[in-house]
Amino acid sequence: MKSNFLNMALSLTVIALVAAGALAWVYTITKEPISLAKEQKKEQAIKDVLPEYTRTDAPETVNGLTVVRAYNDNTFVGAAVETAGNGFGGTIRLMVGFDADGNICNYSVLEQAETPGLGTKMVDWFKTAKNKQDIRGLNPAKVKFAVSKDGGDIDAITAATISSRAFLQAVHNAYNAYAGNPQADGLSGASAHPHTIDTTATDTTAAKVAADSVPALPETIVATPAPVRKPAPKPQHDSVHCPAHDTIIVEPEKCDTL
Amino acid sequence: MKNLKIFLNGIIKENPTFVLLLGMCPTLGTTTSAINGMSMGLATMFVLICSNVVISLLKKLIPDKVHIPAYIVVIATFVTILQMCMEAYLPALFESLGLFIPLIVVNCIVLGRAEAFAAKNNPWASFLDGAGIGLGFTLALTLLGAVRELLGTGKLFGATLYPENYGMLVFVLAPGAFIALGYLIAIINKLRTK
Amino acid sequence: MAYFLIIVSAILVNNIVFTQFLGICPFLGVSKKIDTALGMGAAVTFVLTLATIVTYLINLLLVRFGLEFLQTIVFILVIAALVQMVEIILKKISPALYQALGVFLPLITTNCCILGVALLVAQDNYKTFGADTGLLSGTVFAFATAIGFALALVLFAGIREQLSLVKLPKAMEGTPIALIVAGLLAMAFMGFSGVVG
Repeated sequence: MKSNFLNMALSLTVIALVAAGALAWVYTITKEPISLAKEQKKEQAIKDVLPEYTRTDAPETVNGLTVVRAYNDNTFVGAAVETAGNGFGGTIRLMVGFDADGNICNYSVLEQAETPGLGTKMVDWFKTAKNKQDIRGLNPAKVKFAVSKDGGDIDAITAATISSRAFLQAVHNAYNAYAGNPQADGLSGASAHPHTIDTTATDTTAAKVAADSVPALPETIVATPAPVRKPAPKPQHDSVHCPAHDTIIVEPEKCDTL
Repeated sequence: MKNLKIFLNGIIKENPTFVLLLGMCPTLGTTTSAINGMSMGLATMFVLICSNVVISLLKKLIPDKVHIPAYIVVIATFVTILQMCMEAYLPALFESLGLFIPLIVVNCIVLGRAEAFAAKNNPWASFLDGAGIGLGFTLALTLLGAVRELLGTGKLFGATLYPENYGMLVFVLAPGAFIALGYLIAIINKLRTK
Repeated sequence: MAYFLIIVSAILVNNIVFTQFLGICPFLGVSKKIDTALGMGAAVTFVLTLATIVTYLINLLLVRFGLEFLQTIVFILVIAALVQMVEIILKKISPALYQALGVFLPLITTNCCILGVALLVAQDNYKTFGADTGLLSGTVFAFATAIGFALALVLFAGIREQLSLVKLPKAMEGTPIALIVAGLLAMAFMGFSGVVG
């Protein structure tokens, strides 16, 4: 077709209008499924990391992290915390679930850009009952919550110590948010690591500020069970508890509703 | 017979990846596993078929001087439709392919076929050409993905063939993409000259 | 400091060619000579920075009117128009620069690193190391990414110039050996991973 100004302008306008119209139409159709899919993903992540629950509180923000508390009828069963850390290849975002006693119930990796085959193993590593790598059932306040290389109680991912440190730091931050502790600790090795650009927990000043602001929380945090804010009465032990994870075969029934 | 020839042309004689060497970015970027490679191939094939057919229908109505922008609008429309549908109904896949879905717009294969084939042929032939080229691209990406997945992790389509610890991890990482594709093209060159 | 980290990250750690696989076509296509590689690198740097600024501003309009779903289509048209305009303007005001960059400009529209970076910046989907996402960090990121592209291209061209003197098996000539060299370069760039997190 020969080109002249009129038919060029006309044909391009018509094509652009039809294209925009078609896209607007598809957009209105897919808008709802897209937001639904995103919501479901988050909901599923919370479900995956908590014992069974019937309802949740509205998300609250503690130390900049989102905490969702879950209840079975009116019994507090635990809380899921969305947390993040600076890994080897970028931000690691996790959903960590704690039961009513502050033990880690389960976790789920929402986003990570670690080295494939090394750091990416975190997706399963810390929930595999092997040697000392399983963190489920542990209370970050009661054990040395750091990789064994840094004198802690947990085995790091083979050849991915930085990713492991970042992971444990993120989980520890989640615990602090869950327990209502200020965001500072001297327990995890990740905080001292140069790769961590986390400004909240890098130096001793932060720890000192924390110690000043909360006098009831001295260095002996390792031995003291954290003061968990429990809006509900202490739960029945067996019904809502996250059971200890001894072997890889015996999966806890209440906990993993995968 | 002629139709079959058009269809097969894209798969073997003018395979976009191994022979024409087009669309290298998604070829290298999304083939960490066979499934990812195949999904990317199929996504491209969808855009290729749709844009080929529509452009072939519109070819008489578009003035020569503005045909490139018009084609780009058509292609970008289908890419965006694909993007929204994937995000809605296949969110996991959408996340793993990421940026490479909107970047189908600048995949040279799509615009190249619109220019070289759809603008000169009828819709049915354009459909077959799109399907053939798309399938050739899909096969190439699946093959590369399978090689990288197998050498890197010991798996094939997610099924473990040998323990992961014996895999050559580098094939899943960036350098392995270049090296695996380099050797694949060399092998295919060798086979073609025989 | 954050901007310095963005620059180091975009040039070395997350090099657009070797780790993100964007802009592979020109990377393989115009890397036979160092001179052309330099020209292409300069052209990409210029257009990428400019395109990112323009698309970022246009995206603000799209978001304002709730038309984010037109992002891809609008961006590619804007980039195509921008490249044309740059070509015309360069021809008029700086023939010398046009001579140096002109031949590469038409190739740039289909360079996926332009659209890719524009989309990344518009979606705030890049590492800012604590700096606010916005026009400034987006521009810094785009500029550094382009420098990373130019660096990769020039390094690669330097190796390929030497490589053309080597006798190779017939099937390995051309693209296959180029890809393998690129793989080795990518491996070298992996050494930077973890430097700035």
